[in-house]
Amino acid sequence: MRKFILRYLIPRIIQYLALIFIGVTVTYIIPRLAPTDPVEAQVSMMIARGSSLDPESIEAMSTALTELYGLSGSPVEQYFTFWGRLFRGDLGPSLGNFPTPVSKMIGQALPYTLRLLIPAVIISFILGNFFGAMSSYYPENKAFNVIEVLGQAVRSIPYYVVAIVLLVVFSYFIPIFPFSGAYPIGTHPNWHSLAFIRTYIEHAVLPAATLVLVGFGGWFVGMKSLTSNIISEDYVVYAETAGLRKNRILTQYIIRTAMLPQLTALAMSLGTVFSGALIMEVVFGYPGIGSLAIRAVYSNDYSMIMGITIYSIIGVATAVFFMDLLYPFFDPRVRYQ
Amino acid sequence: MLKVLRDLLRYDGRFRLAIILLGGVVVMILLSYDSPYDPGKSFVVPWDLPPSREHLFGTTSRGQDLFWWLTFAVRNSLFLGVVTAIISRVISVLVGLTAGYRGGWIDRVLMMVSDTFVVLPLLPILILLSFLLRESMNLLNLAIILGLFGWSFDARLIRSQVLSLRERSFTRTAVYSGTGGFWITIHEHLPFVLPIVFATTLNNILWSIGMEVTLSVLGLSDLTTPTLGTALFWANQHGALVAGVWWWITAPAMVTVVLFLGLYLLFTSINEYIDPRTRLRLIGG
Repeated sequence: MRKFILRYLIPRIIQYLALIFIGVTVTYIIPRLAPTDPVEAQVSMMIARGSSLDPESIEAMSTALTELYGLSGSPVEQYFTFWGRLFRGDLGPSLGNFPTPVSKMIGQALPYTLRLLIPAVIISFILGNFFGAMSSYYPENKAFNVIEVLGQAVRSIPYYVVAIVLLVVFSYFIPIFPFSGAYPIGTHPNWHSLAFIRTYIEHAVLPAATLVLVGFGGWFVGMKSLTSNIISEDYVVYAETAGLRKNRILTQYIIRTAMLPQLTALAMSLGTVFSGALIMEVVFGYPGIGSLAIRAVYSNDYSMIMGITIYSIIGVATAVFFMDLLYPFFDPRVRYQ
Repeated sequence: MLKVLRDLLRYDGRFRLAIILLGGVVVMILLSYDSPYDPGKSFVVPWDLPPSREHLFGTTSRGQDLFWWLTFAVRNSLFLGVVTAIISRVISVLVGLTAGYRGGWIDRVLMMVSDTFVVLPLLPILILLSFLLRESMNLLNLAIILGLFGWSFDARLIRSQVLSLRERSFTRTAVYSGTGGFWITIHEHLPFVLPIVFATTLNNILWSIGMEVTLSVLGLSDLTTPTLGTALFWANQHGALVAGVWWWITAPAMVTVVLFLGLYLLFTSINEYIDPRTRLRLIGG
């Protein structure tokens, strides 16, 4: 147990902290590299747009901004204040929806993103790995080859383009799925009504399909190349000569072994998938973090963009960390080190 | 080199398809030098015309011929991809070779940084960055930024190659005959990792073009430069789908798909060729 903590747990914790440290430091440095004074630019932009705010609010906003960019005090002081505010979960007010706190708006949007992202990641992981293993175990089967070609083809294409193709085909030319949003405009979310849940799922099909399709090919290819090495291993050949059932060999001997590197790959891919989910939401007008981000870009809501960036880094880092913690349950070698 | 090409053409269907798709892209790029229209000008042709013989991909609501406009878009997007790839290759080769050869704490620190960059959700960071640099954003700056963020995964790949090279006897011979570490990495190890560097270059080009599309669609790049991303941005801006100008969205999407498929197939084909085990399987050995 002590060895497990020293060899496995502590390096993971260090990696987790390093990830957050580097991510947050990068977000801290970026605004300071910008050529213009961000506060001044921000405030003058608001005034130029004929903002209806009274001078006092503008003053408050300017103070909030200076504090938000952490521009008071020496750089070292600024850096520490920045961390201090992060620990308190205080990311300042949104400039587009002044003075609603950024954290609150992110909190409202996040469930929509997660309810799409988590099932989509799990589905594409399971399907991709399953078909990948099947295709290398039954190489003569033509259907798997066709799936492989299609999966590989979609895999390389950016999320945005896949999303827009799905949208054009399935809600423009063949209008079987709704055009945008998470539920029809005007309805109020009501989780006790079956009809509402149905439309909610209908609205989620294309966005989720985008994530599943792009993810599928990657898992398929990864699993196929992993298993193609495993099927010639001695223990698999032995199991086959011993007359074990094919299904048992496939699930217990081949997939189980190949699963471990795939789980590591899953943790590594979370950041990319999350980024993909953001841009997919923009295409489908899905009211999650991605839509929040694009609205922030359009309304020059700097604090919102900053908040989304920091929350994304911490969120993805934490998800990866939890996957690392779960890993020993799948890999007995780590458990009994 | 010629023999490799011949082998690939003969035994790998994906390679042949990649050559055909990329051939189409190259023709488009060459045609851009002979374009009858200036991509910076609008309302040079009647607007909102569907695809026809005269206007191959139709015309936009801004009165531009979509086909000719896209020839410039492909050229610029590919330029961005190549510049990004070159910058990030330099970083990943340096980091990978150093981490692999030096080992110890240098290796651990470098790999921790590179793992962080693999896992970080890059899109929000890039949104923040390009939001702040919006005024000074042009194609070259975007390429440099993407290059600074796109090296991490390949650095790890190169490192793992060097780790095994380090144990080979020729490295030991070089060390015992008094060759310096830098000389060994550059002259003895670099040639071995070059094929991988080449394969990952293609993958990195794909990644950066995809990122450009994503950022442009959000309106965060230089929107006056024609690229595959800005094509989609302007189409969205004019509500192309709602207005029934579907070809404005479809054409850039299709060109993107062709470019991506071509590069991706080339990447997998070359990647498998580099690995002798899969190469043998390919030619039925």
